[in-house]
Amino acid sequence: MTTLEQATRYEPVIGLEVHVELGTRTKMFCGCATDFGGEPNTRTCPVCLGQPGSLPVVNARAVEYAISLGLALGCEISPWSQFHRKNYFYPDMPKNYQISQYDVPICLGGHLDVETEGGVRRVGITRVHMEEDTGKSLHVGTSGRIHGADYSLVDYNRAGIPLLEVVSEPDIRSAAEARAYLTELQAIVLALGISDAKLEEGSMRCDANISVRPVGHTVFGTRVEVKNMNSVRSLGRAVEYEIARQTAQLRDGQPVVQETRHWDETAGRTSTLRVKETTEDYRYFPDPDLVGLEPDRAWVDQLRDGLPELPAAARQRLADAYGLEAGQVALLYASGLAGLLEDAVAAGAPAGQAANWLANEVTSWRNEHGTAPITGAQLAELIALVTDGTLSTKLARHVLTDVLAGDGDPGEIAERRGFRQISDEGELGRIIDQVIAEQAAAAQRVRDGNPKAIGALVGAVMRTSQGKANPALVNRLLSERLSP
Amino acid sequence: MSLITKTAAELRDLIGRGEVSAAETVRAHLDRIHATDARVHAFLRTTDETALAHAADVDRRIAAGEPVGQLAGVPLALKDILCTKGVETTCASRILECYRPPYDATVVSKLREADAIVVGKTNLDEFAMGSSTENSAFGPTRNPWDLGRVPGGSSGGSAAAVASYGAPLAIGTDTGGSIRQPAALCGLVGMKPTYGLVSRFGLVAFASSLDQVGPIARSVGDAALLFEAIAGHDPIDSTSIPVEAPDVRTSLEQGVEGLRVGLVREFTSGEGLEDGVATRVNEAIGRLGKLGADIVEVSLPHAPYAVNAYYLIAPSECSSNLSRYDGVRYGLRRPGETAEEMMARTRGEGFGPEVKRRVMVGTYALSAGYYDAYYAQAQRVRTLIIRDFDAAYQQCDVLVSPTSPTTAFALGEKVADPLAMYLNDVFTIPSNLAGAPALSLPVGLDDAGLPVGLQIMAPVLGEAVLFRVARAVEAETAFDPVPRGPVAVEVPR
Repeated sequence: MTTLEQATRYEPVIGLEVHVELGTRTKMFCGCATDFGGEPNTRTCPVCLGQPGSLPVVNARAVEYAISLGLALGCEISPWSQFHRKNYFYPDMPKNYQISQYDVPICLGGHLDVETEGGVRRVGITRVHMEEDTGKSLHVGTSGRIHGADYSLVDYNRAGIPLLEVVSEPDIRSAAEARAYLTELQAIVLALGISDAKLEEGSMRCDANISVRPVGHTVFGTRVEVKNMNSVRSLGRAVEYEIARQTAQLRDGQPVVQETRHWDETAGRTSTLRVKETTEDYRYFPDPDLVGLEPDRAWVDQLRDGLPELPAAARQRLADAYGLEAGQVALLYASGLAGLLEDAVAAGAPAGQAANWLANEVTSWRNEHGTAPITGAQLAELIALVTDGTLSTKLARHVLTDVLAGDGDPGEIAERRGFRQISDEGELGRIIDQVIAEQAAAAQRVRDGNPKAIGALVGAVMRTSQGKANPALVNRLLSERLSP
Repeated sequence: MSLITKTAAELRDLIGRGEVSAAETVRAHLDRIHATDARVHAFLRTTDETALAHAADVDRRIAAGEPVGQLAGVPLALKDILCTKGVETTCASRILECYRPPYDATVVSKLREADAIVVGKTNLDEFAMGSSTENSAFGPTRNPWDLGRVPGGSSGGSAAAVASYGAPLAIGTDTGGSIRQPAALCGLVGMKPTYGLVSRFGLVAFASSLDQVGPIARSVGDAALLFEAIAGHDPIDSTSIPVEAPDVRTSLEQGVEGLRVGLVREFTSGEGLEDGVATRVNEAIGRLGKLGADIVEVSLPHAPYAVNAYYLIAPSECSSNLSRYDGVRYGLRRPGETAEEMMARTRGEGFGPEVKRRVMVGTYALSAGYYDAYYAQAQRVRTLIIRDFDAAYQQCDVLVSPTSPTTAFALGEKVADPLAMYLNDVFTIPSNLAGAPALSLPVGLDDAGLPVGLQIMAPVLGEAVLFRVARAVEAETAFDPVPRGPVAVEVPR
């Protein structure tokens, strides 16, 4: 290796293809339910099973969702678009073609601004198009793949569920940007309410096209497609791994092979899935069973007017209005708790405290249980109880847990469980005197001028009071009694 | 009284008035089929039990004064490419030999609502690909006029069923002439409606942008009756036109006086057009003139390219439409070591040679690098043909031509020569490409005693004028649809 080659710096070029499973009640081209959990092949009909003679009819709600996402991404909504057939044989595809959009998709040319450490980056959106999902195969046998399987079972419940494919321009330059892009896209999809966008469950799926090239070059390097990233974190890891792998390859003077690679989350690396020797020929042609999609201008305008506040705008507004840090707002927004923050503030809670409770206790509950069943008013009430000294922070945490478990409002829980903090000097004084009598040795050390010894006494008071003593008051009363 | 020689309209009226029962009508036709079909092979299966049950139900309702449909008690033969719930629908293919659909085609539902009685499912070229019904996996159908000849195709079974008096009505499908050409070869009236006027839901697709369901009958009036029963918007077919089905019977007898009839220059001569056909067609045009129509000569300059365009577009769509027959979900399955091998074996053994030929041509025409030269180019030709028709209809109300360049040919005669077979459709294909309605009706026999068909074409949604002109020609021609000749199926008078 020459010094010159060693010195070459490489930059990654990344584009993402994200599939979003739409939360419509029925499938893309038939009336079958899209709900999960049905016995295999019970959410099917002649249309989504590709029975001879059956014909597709476009789901208007899916079109509405596609237009909404396009508008949110600043795309142009095509006044006319069409569906093509993508032809290839695979057992989980009932017709052996997938109805998809090809040369004229419903949304073209938008962008997504993502926040990274280096500031805001604008990533171009090439297109958003509509298509139908395939069924699911279960390959029984040691390989777990179709090759080498003893036999395969197919469940067509998922076949025909509407998907949007969001294709980015190759504008992404780091794993962090890739993560930010996916996070932001997910937030937009959630804000629009068009999908539950769960990467872990496959209702949002992300493939990454990654290449590297020497810094300063304008020609793209050989592209590798990486699949099977089931979280934002695993996307970041896969992209980092792939950048390092390709860079090392080039530094060693080895070419990068154009191929599809599979991300192994456990092993933390990618491996070859299939090498594309030639471009696969899908023999796309316009689906003669469907007519062109011509969304009415007025309808598009109505959808544009009806768009909810999008995440970037919402975050900006919250940060401005509440004087919170952008990072904290982003975190709350990403975890879907920003609405609660607004409600709590509206119910009188100080924004900073509400944000802290949400970012810590509420978030960890939500991470564990999947939901955070608390209202803004309940959170505001809890904060008020802490502020007025009724509850210690520690007790407030217990109360919050009960609120989240559905036991009632904070005040009534605190009352019922006898959690009210003891802030009465007389009552507390009696407990303190008892503790001083019991722990005479420790009390003497404090009197002798060893302030650290007070800790043991405070602890004993808290125990005796079953944690209900107002800690500030305990400290003051102890200090007064034991002053040298 | 012979029930089998009555028209559908007559039978409906007799049954409706209670003079004849639906049950005896259906039984008479089933008896007729069982007596002749060993020789004709119009049917792949008869549906005696369900037919008689339906007929009994019609009789019960008539006796009770309850409402019955427009075609109450009229026997009907259904091409075996329309899905019938629980009843085998094979498309005359091994690959669907035992396939029983879980649902009824919209057309089948409409026929049931009309109380037409389906007496059986008729033979066809496999997946409607062919012009002679010789491409059926279950053996050819023979022409009732001459059992040594083909009935045409692909709706040859439906045409032969009507021509042999097994049913007064039949449903066919027409992708490039598959209703009109067999109607012409069997001395019948056959009509292809405007694309989108009859639902395709439950019609097993051959070429989706061209396929249409239509009526076959022994008279224009009966064809009109059946057309009205099956036409109409269907929300589960996205290509269905959202209009009321045209009323064609009100104006049926209004004659042709003052109508402008266009003679298509490109269709008046040319290779393969038999003299016998040309003679009868010219006589029919002469009669139209005598009846007061203005005969004008028009040109469809791109029509000569229609066959070429058709044999790219139809196979392309077919290659994709037939992909679903892979042994995974229904129909034939031939086991293999891998899924791919299973699919390949199933398709290899399940499809006949003509289907394979078209799947291969279509796969090729859609391939990267060839798409523009073949499929896209064919679509451009299609657009030019549509414009040709638009221009022609500036000068006339309907167009006329022969339906087929020849009368019925001998079994086996063209099997080895696909191109010769494809040229059967040279006059019928342009209407499919344009999505416009067209009809064939018999205008006499050639010197060999075989029926000749006249094709009438009308603009999109021009069904009323189409039937009206046909009726005028029919009245003037007085064609007798009973097959006759030394090797014909005998029909008791």
